Amino acid sequence: MNRILQQVISFPHMGNYHVPITNLLNHLFKNHIVLPAPPITKRTLELGSRYSPEFVCVPFKYNLGNYIEALENGANVLIQAGGGCRFGYYAEIQELILRDLGYDFRFIKLFGNKLNYYKLYRLSRTLGSDVSYPQFLYYALLTKKMIEKIDVIEEYIRENIGFETQENSFEHLQEEFLNELIKVNTIKSLNKTYKKYSGLLQSLPADKPGDCLKVGIVGELYTLMEPYSNYFIEKELAKNKIQVSRFITVSFILFEKPRLKKRILKETGGYLEFEIGADGTDSVAKSTMLAKKGYDGIIHIKPFGCTPEVNAMPMLQNIGKDYKIRYFISVLIPRHPRPA
Amino acid sequence: MMVGIPRAMLYYRYKELWETFFSKLNIKIRISEETNKKILNDGINFSVDESCLPSKIYMGHVYSLIGKCDYILIPRVVNYGEGNSVCVKFNALYDIVRNTFGNIKILTYNIDMENGCFEKKGFLNMGKVLGKSYLDSIKAYKNAKQAQRTCNRRKADIQNKIMDRKDKLKILIVSHPYNIYDKLIGYPVIQYINKLGGTPVFTDSIDRRQSLAESKDLSKSLYWLYNKELIGSIKLVEDKIDGVILLTAFPCGPDSLVNELIMRKSKKIPTINIICDELQGEAGLQTRIESFMDIIIEKSEKYNCLKRDESDFAAGY
Repeated sequence: MNRILQQVISFPHMGNYHVPITNLLNHLFKNHIVLPAPPITKRTLELGSRYSPEFVCVPFKYNLGNYIEALENGANVLIQAGGGCRFGYYAEIQELILRDLGYDFRFIKLFGNKLNYYKLYRLSRTLGSDVSYPQFLYYALLTKKMIEKIDVIEEYIRENIGFETQENSFEHLQEEFLNELIKVNTIKSLNKTYKKYSGLLQSLPADKPGDCLKVGIVGELYTLMEPYSNYFIEKELAKNKIQVSRFITVSFILFEKPRLKKRILKETGGYLEFEIGADGTDSVAKSTMLAKKGYDGIIHIKPFGCTPEVNAMPMLQNIGKDYKIRYFISVLIPRHPRPA
Repeated sequence: MMVGIPRAMLYYRYKELWETFFSKLNIKIRISEETNKKILNDGINFSVDESCLPSKIYMGHVYSLIGKCDYILIPRVVNYGEGNSVCVKFNALYDIVRNTFGNIKILTYNIDMENGCFEKKGFLNMGKVLGKSYLDSIKAYKNAKQAQRTCNRRKADIQNKIMDRKDKLKILIVSHPYNIYDKLIGYPVIQYINKLGGTPVFTDSIDRRQSLAESKDLSKSLYWLYNKELIGSIKLVEDKIDGVILLTAFPCGPDSLVNELIMRKSKKIPTINIICDELQGEAGLQTRIESFMDIIIEKSEKYNCLKRDESDFAAGY
């Protein structure tokens, strides 16, 4: 068997979610090395764009760039997930491209309707994990909780970072929090860490006026969650003393959405009669919610050619008109790397 | 009572089914005109800039039907069972039209087999909306299905005869029917191929069930039904054709990935990828097809008789 070789497991980036994934993989594969792809830089996107099909969406290029850089660093097991739109077919094409480039690796594809915890467990066993099924479930739960906690903390940061009195105080704390999370082993210690940092965050000085500008961000999940791909839009907004809200997070997509499919459709307030595929429905539902809550602006982010989000645009335009939202912009993430 | 059918998107796949169903129910139908510049321009005005070209054309067709009929038929398709879904554009067309044009009466049916919405159910429901009895609709649906099947078989037969001919260059056009048969997208391509002495072969006339089975050889995890049929059909007729044109409308989501798959996996036959957008220049298209066909003729020994002399070029052929 080729198991004798040391396995180096790697996966692409998205926001700060490499922390819980690294944590989980570290627990599952004690004998292997877990190596998240190097942080996204300009080179990542350039590499990804060079080998991608012509008008594929941007996340494909980022992922591909991540993989190439991870392979250069010595990874030999890559993980890719899948979704409802083009995302589900990323894996196969990326594998083809990487193999044509001459890399040798194992490609793990995590998707399909029938994916459940037990199947994931069997998969981790074939990869050389030695944890038992109950242990596996425990770590999975730990990861789930960790993602939720990260989302809660980040939501608070997003809404308040623009009003910090001490520069970078929020960011430093967030970094410390994430660094500590990587080492967390039990749910109990996770809760402790979370309590500590949420207390610290709330005690950070911030002067937030009651009538500050409020902006909600909706759109395609990858470009929303990976700050590099949206040119740090949240940071830029916060710098201008704007409260930023975003409700599309990994915990929403993975844990809430499957349960609430019908309710989300209802939340679109009649703009939709059917689902419009992947996350387009969420964009409409969340925009309706933001509009009803009286937000001053909605920013819709999507990569070029993202069909579900393009589908959502006529509805979003109608929402903007009907609720008289003052600022409604649609940000298009272009196909090509931006000039320096 | 008049039902309007936009001559775009799924019309080319379900032509007989729709036409027979409505005619058996004694309902007049009005099919929009062939795509022309005006329809395209209207479509562009009424859609989001980044929509794909076929969906823009679709909007133009819908707009051209408004006010001329009582209902406009806009089906919604999600999947034909597990692992056979379609592009999300088809999930949303109904809602996009509703949100763009406001108050128009839309006749719709929903195919989402994973969630129990079957084609038959949808058609019976349409019959109900149109005020026809259950028995009438079920009879009409059965007749329509039969008509569709006969028509598909006839098309396949004709095409098989064409493919057996040896005197002409056979070019397989791999594209969705709404691209191939559209007056603005596929028609010029077909015309050039004919003009240059080739015969176009169409993917949608090849038996769908066989294509689907064949597609598993190329890709196991592909889940777009329409694209599976396309790649399967290449595999199916590989030995009978001389070249493949991948005709893609800009910026088609599924095609962007699947073309990459075809380019990387099927290296047996010469393949060219032509991307159409609304700013298409005809001269460029002609040159590309011409040079593509020249290369095939030059390379293959089968077509020595078709090789042109230098003098042809000198005469400004």
